[in-house]
Amino acid sequence: MAVTSPLLDKKTADRVRAELETGGKDRGELIFKTMIGATLAFALLVLGILLFDVITGSWPVFSERFGSFVSRGTRTSAEETGIFQGLRGTFWIGVFVVVVTFPIGIAAAVYLEEYAADNWLTRVISINIRNLAGVPSVVYGILGFTVFVGLLKGIYGDVAFSQGNTIMAGGLTLAVLALPVVVITSSEAIRAVPSTLREAAYGVGATKSEVIRSHVIPYAAPGILTGTLLSLARALGEAAPLILVGAVQGKLGPKSGFFELGQLGEKFTAMPIVITHFASQPGDDWQPVASAAIVVLLLVVLSFNAVAVLLRNRFEAKRER
Amino acid sequence: MAPNPERLLRANPRRQLKERLVKALVAAAALLSVLISIAIVASLVVRALQFVTGLMAPTADTMDEATGPVSLWNLVADQWAPRFFEFGIGTLIVGSLLVTVIAMALATPIGLGAAIYLSEYADARVRRIVKPILEVLAGIPSVVLGFFALRWISPNLVQVIFPSAGGQNLLAAGLGVGLLTIPLIASISEDAMASVPDALRQASAGLGARKRRTTLSVVLPAAVSGLVAALIVAVSRAIGETMVVFLAAGASGNSAQFTANPLDRGSTMTAAMASQASGTDGTISELGFNSLFFVGFVLFVITLLLNLLADRFVRRVRQSY
Repeated sequence: MAVTSPLLDKKTADRVRAELETGGKDRGELIFKTMIGATLAFALLVLGILLFDVITGSWPVFSERFGSFVSRGTRTSAEETGIFQGLRGTFWIGVFVVVVTFPIGIAAAVYLEEYAADNWLTRVISINIRNLAGVPSVVYGILGFTVFVGLLKGIYGDVAFSQGNTIMAGGLTLAVLALPVVVITSSEAIRAVPSTLREAAYGVGATKSEVIRSHVIPYAAPGILTGTLLSLARALGEAAPLILVGAVQGKLGPKSGFFELGQLGEKFTAMPIVITHFASQPGDDWQPVASAAIVVLLLVVLSFNAVAVLLRNRFEAKRER
Repeated sequence: MAPNPERLLRANPRRQLKERLVKALVAAAALLSVLISIAIVASLVVRALQFVTGLMAPTADTMDEATGPVSLWNLVADQWAPRFFEFGIGTLIVGSLLVTVIAMALATPIGLGAAIYLSEYADARVRRIVKPILEVLAGIPSVVLGFFALRWISPNLVQVIFPSAGGQNLLAAGLGVGLLTIPLIASISEDAMASVPDALRQASAGLGARKRRTTLSVVLPAAVSGLVAALIVAVSRAIGETMVVFLAAGASGNSAQFTANPLDRGSTMTAAMASQASGTDGTISELGFNSLFFVGFVLFVITLLLNLLADRFVRRVRQSY
């Protein structure tokens, strides 16, 4: 049936008919959809290339000497070097973040969401925390150098093979760096707790701290855990602050055991620093070890990320039901 | 009438004490964040001021053989080489600008496109698969992207297209930083578009607009505050990014010549700080060392202003819907 109307000339009528008959598929629409689909595909492609590049690059190291690579310290030759001290440093940094940042961050979030009155001080604190989250990581390195390295230098002096640039200083620096993200994500999780839950607890005579401990925190726990895991992953991947704090690039002196507490006062390195060192060596023979170290770091960081994302998706799906 | 917990508690001093203790503890945790900010500013300002006064009052130690005693004029030298009292901070600012512009040129279309696709076009199944993958990209440590920029982007893209480029160049670094900011832009803009009420889309469709028209003329304008916030946050992140530039732009050797050519080696504010801190050069003067804090202070102020600006845009989104 032809579209006829005195208001439409033949040309317009043909165009309208063509549009109606394509079933909603005009070319501009298709081009647009393809273009934005391509941008997404590009992001995924880059990720794929990156992972493929480091995994294939690392293969010679993993297939030939996986054992010696993870158990040896850093050496001056690419064929003999290892990442033991890097793994050890990254482990202890993680311990500092978990022990220092998690309790303080969650406590600060509890204060902001449950206790704080709506006044200027609260606003200052929350604006302050949001800004801290945006401070470049290298600036946290300056803080770490001035405060923690300076402090620990006072405690340890120049003994114990260091001038204050210890794993303790590095761990505390990254603990501070991770803090704002923990506070922000925990606050969001606590804010999502329905107020009826609190009122029910008050109704049976619980005090505020009891309500928080028995109702608010357990309900918000998945969200809090997600945020803390993401911030932990971010802290473990940071290199710039550690460079400022004085993490050792290259050969590192005496080799303490993985869990020895005495090393907290010694010089240190960590996985991101080891990678930086390997990657900035001239020549191609350092590329496989750099790739291998990257694969190890990615395994650690991305598995924390993956657990966090899975956890969040699971609980979101559950709550929506 | 709501029960007054304070009055109920008066009957039980131990419970009351516990309540006060908990409140004091969580408040202290929140106040710690303010303390951290103060410590950051203090640790930057003290030595930055020493640097400026050191320039204004030259001593026998800060004598440059070629140009005589140092002065504020050293801040406009044509290179950044603290060891030789050449503090041309313009070199670093232009380097930061170049890297940021390149990064945004890559990340803006890709990030926004991916966000549009995920928010307006993708069905639930695609979103469920792709979003976690983007989060993986967001979780990749910057040192890994630095390695990728140096060892893959530079030889396989930059040097193929521009054979005159060296192995280390600002263009590769900028592209690496861009990859880092793609997930950031994508996730913030997707949130902004998701918060646009569906009624607007339905009204647009009711007027006969297709999806592309609806997206471009209705959804994007409605979400514009959030999109602007996403871009500002990304700029701030790009300026503050250290490791990608440190590895891929060739900032090593503690000095950088002024350049506005992205194919040259160069340095940024962040990379200059890191390379100075990691310098094996133990003989650097006090003045040269303090310049690190001066650069850090400039960087801190720039990112702080950007973050405050982004915060205003984000809040505008929240207010409108």
